[in-house]
Amino acid sequence: MAAAAAAVDREADRLTELDSAIGDADHGANLKRGFAAVTAALEKDPQATPGAVLTAAGRQLISTVGGASGPLYGTLLRRTGKALGDAERVSRAALAEALTAGVAAVAQLGGAQPGDKTMLDALVPAAEGLATSFAAAREAAEAGALGTVPLRARKGRASYLGERSVGHQDPGATSSALLVAALAEVTA
Amino acid sequence: MTARVGIVLVSHSAAVATAVAELARGLAGGGDTAPVRAAGGTPDGGLGTSAELIAEAARAVDGGAGVALLVDLGSAVLTVKALLAEGDELPEGARLVDAPFVEGAVAALVTASAGGDLDAVAAAAAEAYAYRKE
Repeated sequence: MAAAAAAVDREADRLTELDSAIGDADHGANLKRGFAAVTAALEKDPQATPGAVLTAAGRQLISTVGGASGPLYGTLLRRTGKALGDAERVSRAALAEALTAGVAAVAQLGGAQPGDKTMLDALVPAAEGLATSFAAAREAAEAGALGTVPLRARKGRASYLGERSVGHQDPGATSSALLVAALAEVTA
Repeated sequence: MTARVGIVLVSHSAAVATAVAELARGLAGGGDTAPVRAAGGTPDGGLGTSAELIAEAARAVDGGAGVALLVDLGSAVLTVKALLAEGDELPEGARLVDAPFVEGAVAALVTASAGGDLDAVAAAAAEAYAYRKE
């Protein structure tokens, strides 16, 4: 979580820049606020298991982000955390399975599917890649985020832009790739 | 007086939510309407959605007959859905109502004030989608 918060901090400006092209220019700042709240909550109230950490973090994101990325990332972490249950230690295979459940919950909440130019374009391949390795998850998420450039947005505020959303990398897919990279970094 | 359905109006803008609540109260005949609360914008007064303000408003209007939440768009929809999925954040009997925001708010408050139950309130608000303007 600390690595995720640090990565969001480091890249907040770039996320906001991407979001100003096709969104409302708040993605970086929103996530920064959310992960700062996550860090503070976990310091104040440490959680014993990986599942509990993710569940608590998800709850904070839903409460504090203020944009659509809050409920979406919050749901991702909460569902992934719930799927991990109260295991003291989590294997990569178990995490891959839990992340798949989390990604499915995000798809259900937002009603999007891969190809709609959303965070799912990074998360779906990441969850698949995680079945192989953390590095494969990171590479798949980064490729997925890059792959959103030629797509036309079909969800969220960017979808109002229609054809004009083509040619821009999706901010949500970019932040998803960033978080998956942070996960790969701390497990390397 | 039996409890009536409570209404929460969730908009990205505090001014919009407050004004729509006022409009609904006025068109519902003012005076003794069902409880209605605005949950607009972020706690610091910015544009956006606040889970905290929504949960607070829902608790404030909950009299035991259910709470109808009307939302404008985007993160307002997703935040309410995520809160409902949380299970313990919103009062028992809270429901996201699929309706146009302004027209739905008026229909919901009129229906709730007349003593309609949550199903009736949700149906009246949703019906506003079918009202064509030309």
